[in-house]
Amino acid sequence: MSILINQNSRVMTQGITGKTGQFHTRMCREYANGQSCFVAGVNPRKPGENFEGIPVFGTVREAREATGATVSVIYVPPPYAAAAIDEAVEAELDLVICITEGIPVRDMIRTRYKMRGKKTRLIGPNCPGIITPDEIKIGIMPGYIHKKGRIGVVSRSGTLTYEAVAQLMEQGLGQSTCIGIGGDPVNGLKHLDVMRLFNDDDETDAVLMVGEIGGTDEEECARWVKDNMRKPVVGFIAGVTAPPGKRMGHAGAIISGGKGTAQEKLAVMEECGIQVTRNPAEMGKLLKSALG
Amino acid sequence: MKIHEYQAKEILRQYGVATSRGIACFNVDEAVNAAQQLGGDTWVVKAQIYAGGRGKGGGVKIAQSIEEVRELAGNMFGMQLVTHQTGPDGQTVHRLFIEEGVSIVTEYYVGMVVDRDSQRVCLMTSAEGGMDIEQVAAETPEKIHKLMIDPIAGISDDEALDMAAKTGIPDAGRDEAAALLKGLYKAFDDKDASLAEINPLVLTADNHILALDAKMNFDDNALFRHPEIASLRDLDEEEPLEIEASEHDLSYIPLDGNIGCLVNGAGLAMATMDIIKLYGGNPANFLDVGGGATAEKVTEAFKLMLKNPKLEAILVNIFGGIMRCDVIAEGVVQAAREVRLTVPLVVRLEGTNVKLGKQILADSGLSVIAAGNMADAAQKVVRAAENA
Repeated sequence: MSILINQNSRVMTQGITGKTGQFHTRMCREYANGQSCFVAGVNPRKPGENFEGIPVFGTVREAREATGATVSVIYVPPPYAAAAIDEAVEAELDLVICITEGIPVRDMIRTRYKMRGKKTRLIGPNCPGIITPDEIKIGIMPGYIHKKGRIGVVSRSGTLTYEAVAQLMEQGLGQSTCIGIGGDPVNGLKHLDVMRLFNDDDETDAVLMVGEIGGTDEEECARWVKDNMRKPVVGFIAGVTAPPGKRMGHAGAIISGGKGTAQEKLAVMEECGIQVTRNPAEMGKLLKSALG
Repeated sequence: MKIHEYQAKEILRQYGVATSRGIACFNVDEAVNAAQQLGGDTWVVKAQIYAGGRGKGGGVKIAQSIEEVRELAGNMFGMQLVTHQTGPDGQTVHRLFIEEGVSIVTEYYVGMVVDRDSQRVCLMTSAEGGMDIEQVAAETPEKIHKLMIDPIAGISDDEALDMAAKTGIPDAGRDEAAALLKGLYKAFDDKDASLAEINPLVLTADNHILALDAKMNFDDNALFRHPEIASLRDLDEEEPLEIEASEHDLSYIPLDGNIGCLVNGAGLAMATMDIIKLYGGNPANFLDVGGGATAEKVTEAFKLMLKNPKLEAILVNIFGGIMRCDVIAEGVVQAAREVRLTVPLVVRLEGTNVKLGKQILADSGLSVIAAGNMADAAQKVVRAAENA
């Protein structure tokens, strides 16, 4: 199993002709079953062309109809990225992964509003993407650091997720699926949504949850875990030393009005039975110990 | 991005939000002229800095004569205004806003922010005007009224009137208040604001509703479509190092400690600060060089950190994904040569091309303290800073 994606997923790249889209589509194609997974590209100005053999279509709907792709990954520049998500939602794709960083919040508010009641799930924006190791990677993470296994990883950041994965590997623990949900304040899937999926996945034994300052997603997830989760969950929250009122790199990583502190999140997670560490070098060890 | 009160009021007036009349000034003579031009017998002299809490810090004063305007303006220009938001050194006052006096009957609070849970803009109002709203929210949350705004329809007339009524605005002022709330949202939405605050909103003796103060922040990611907002940026209000960082597209935030950190990725950068603290050290900065850093960008990052006189050690923590460790290593070597590194340097590299990166550092002849993992790196840099 795994969650959301596997080797049978068929993926299109929106923004395939840009430098970033080209580079990462190539990398994803080289990873595991990527050759058969990445089947289409979209660029409204370049229909009929191809990128290294991948056909380029003018619209998401055409790409879907011609290739059967039901997943999209977006590298479109920030001013147009929300419209790219809208197009994928209207074409009724199952899953959209938006890598683009820097989309205006106003655009995302409208996009999320239009997504109400629609079947499409969104990962991101401003995220590294999603990987089911040794099957498929969709996004910008380095594939080779991962290995197939039974640990789920969900995180708001990029490199800190790679750090977490590397620590799991040191403990001999592979991953079922790793998801970076992104660092923006208005986004798609949240910790809680991903946690539900891991809970129902037969091939996930435990979950490593990595959060950071800003918002209350981690707290909401923790409260749900307390009442519903049938598997061990361990966590780390970045930003114990972050000053209030300052945006720490990610648009969503900000303590505002005294809310969204790492201390508060850690406290709620502990109250809800999630084992947490304050040491980012011990995420892997903590998970190993939670497996018993 | 932040702007000054007088600029926010100018924007809001374009959306039909009634404000008190005022004129911005850059020196004492201009302030006196402004008061004469406004007329009347009472004026408010307001220091224009981005930080809130100006009144308590002595940055808002009433003048009863032109001479008093001259005197207050003379005192205020160039003063270091300290508020609960400025930090202990305060902020230098370069601009004043001279406003006509208003006879106030009641003060209210109006604010707008992006609510992350509902993924909508949230309008907040309260009868507790003029107060620190965070304190009201913490102690008496029932006194704050909220409306999650439909992003397509905006605020309806009924919703606006209902909010005005809940806030306790009397009948006579309700229509004006409702129009003001709708105008505020229109401005917020049109200009890609991230925060708007009118504190206080007032009911005047002649039953009009006025924004007596105004604050607006904007979404940095949307400035590309608002050159008129971007042009309002006041560099006097920003830390010189933060300005320099933004010129090189580096995300840099100065902190109080003595250990500089250079990291790729915001989450890992925060975690690096956290682990330094955990092992007994104090981070001097947050610095995310991003995913696409070049050797030049790393060099600029080093230069920035080294401008901090408190700096006693540097920790470079890189998890190479798309960014390759050899590129970072070359940047570190180049920077060390260009800037004459005077403090101990601990480097932890992991990920793509890590062996090549380590080799470049080893061959460079630099005295780099190599670290195997994050914990090792933090311990080594804390020790290095202690011995410095």
